[in-house]
Amino acid sequence: MKKPLDFLNNLKSFFIEIGELSLFAKRFFKESISRPFEFKELLRQCFNMGNRSLVLVGVTGFILGLVFTLQSRPTLLEFGAVSWMPSMVSISIVREIGPVIIALICTGRISSGIGAELGSMRVTEQIDAMEVSGTNPFKYLVVTRIMAATLILPLLIIFGDAIALFGSALVENLKGNVSFLLYFNKVFDALKFSDIIPATIKSFFFGFAIGLVGCFKGYNCKKGTVGVGEASNSAVVYTSMLLFIIDFIAVFISDIFFEI
Amino acid sequence: MENNKSIVPVLKIQNLKKKFGSNLVLNGFSMELFEGENLVIMGKSGSGKSVMIKCLVGLLKSDEGTIEITGKNIKELSQKEMNSLRTEIGFLFQGSALYDSMTVRENLEFPLRTYKEKLTNKYTLVNEALESVGLAHAIDLMPEELSGGMKRRVALARAIIMCPKIVIFDEPTTGLDPITAKEIIELMKDIQKKYNTSSLIITHDVDCARVISNRMILLIDGINYAEGTFEKLSSSKDNKIQAFFK
Repeated sequence: MKKPLDFLNNLKSFFIEIGELSLFAKRFFKESISRPFEFKELLRQCFNMGNRSLVLVGVTGFILGLVFTLQSRPTLLEFGAVSWMPSMVSISIVREIGPVIIALICTGRISSGIGAELGSMRVTEQIDAMEVSGTNPFKYLVVTRIMAATLILPLLIIFGDAIALFGSALVENLKGNVSFLLYFNKVFDALKFSDIIPATIKSFFFGFAIGLVGCFKGYNCKKGTVGVGEASNSAVVYTSMLLFIIDFIAVFISDIFFEI
Repeated sequence: MENNKSIVPVLKIQNLKKKFGSNLVLNGFSMELFEGENLVIMGKSGSGKSVMIKCLVGLLKSDEGTIEITGKNIKELSQKEMNSLRTEIGFLFQGSALYDSMTVRENLEFPLRTYKEKLTNKYTLVNEALESVGLAHAIDLMPEELSGGMKRRVALARAIIMCPKIVIFDEPTTGLDPITAKEIIELMKDIQKKYNTSSLIITHDVDCARVISNRMILLIDGINYAEGTFEKLSSSKDNKIQAFFK
């Protein structure tokens, strides 16, 4: 009898958490349009998130392009379709694989970082200290971080996609003697706005989800130092799940508007 | 402090009640703090001291009762008015609560930023506050580079930078060695004289209470169990009161 009850309790807490997350998002929108605006802190957060994730995204993107091309090459060769490689790789990476993989990488880097940082600020009473000093900690800590993640993630994804395509071009250059110029000409011939625009719009939502969940988990952290670990860990789990849900919705909507 | 009864208190709590689930932490606690007074509140761990001061600054909402700070009932204030009122209260947290991503200077400038003080004035205020706690040389250090006692001093400087009317000290000497604790107590007295603040001190430290208090309150079972000077309470025959002074 205990197990079904546990399941119901878990389900109940899950829905309560979804409700709290929605209220947190609502508060974000409300606070983000009211003065004072924390531009300096926003820029600092953008710089921190972008700068610290750049190498990770670059390396991931490069390996992604490299591996994807190496794995696809034998099959395409078999069908005599290796000349389709730039089109196939570019469309796959720009539309789907690049945004999702890079967003997942950034989840581990940014969302868990925000969860741990705000969580430790909560348990060491730093957030209380901000509130007591007459400042709005939500605006200073949460609004700036969510906005920064929303603005920075599309840039990181564009950067990661470019590096992935470079990795792919390098394989084609070494294995198939295809020049970089020819490779990128084919890439730009294959890519349409209907590939780039939905992917870019989607990446803003990915950034928003990464910032929102990280901040939500960290800002509401409880149970001392154990809670900080839990906040960081659950920020990654929840964000990863949310990214796939957003991706599904985005593909569904872009299918209606852009006829994939 | 008997003559204080004739003047208006800077802080007045009446019948404060706070419950967490079925656990009644504050059960009608009342107190008054007068201008220039050092009031010490003692109580066992879990007796609701921290809950009471969190209700006081609006970090927690009380279930019942009224809290008046400088004559204003905090329940009737908007968030903006509450934030403005908070500038009249300095708060020294138990663990110092310094912002660890900021330097000492930025920590001290943080409470000033909302009030758009001119940059030169900000610099003077930060320097003055740091000089008051004897740490002017540490202005560009990060909190991680400071010792426990230094952190407590910087936190104290941050608490007084807005020249508050009331300073709340949450366990100011906990976790410090006896010499540093003594230095912090002396510093608290000096600052109280210099800035003419009223102090509300939450502590377990009997030495701290003896040196600094004008008046004491013992918080037991969620109520103001006993009130008086250190001498009066320490000579009480009541076992519950005596337990604090053993």
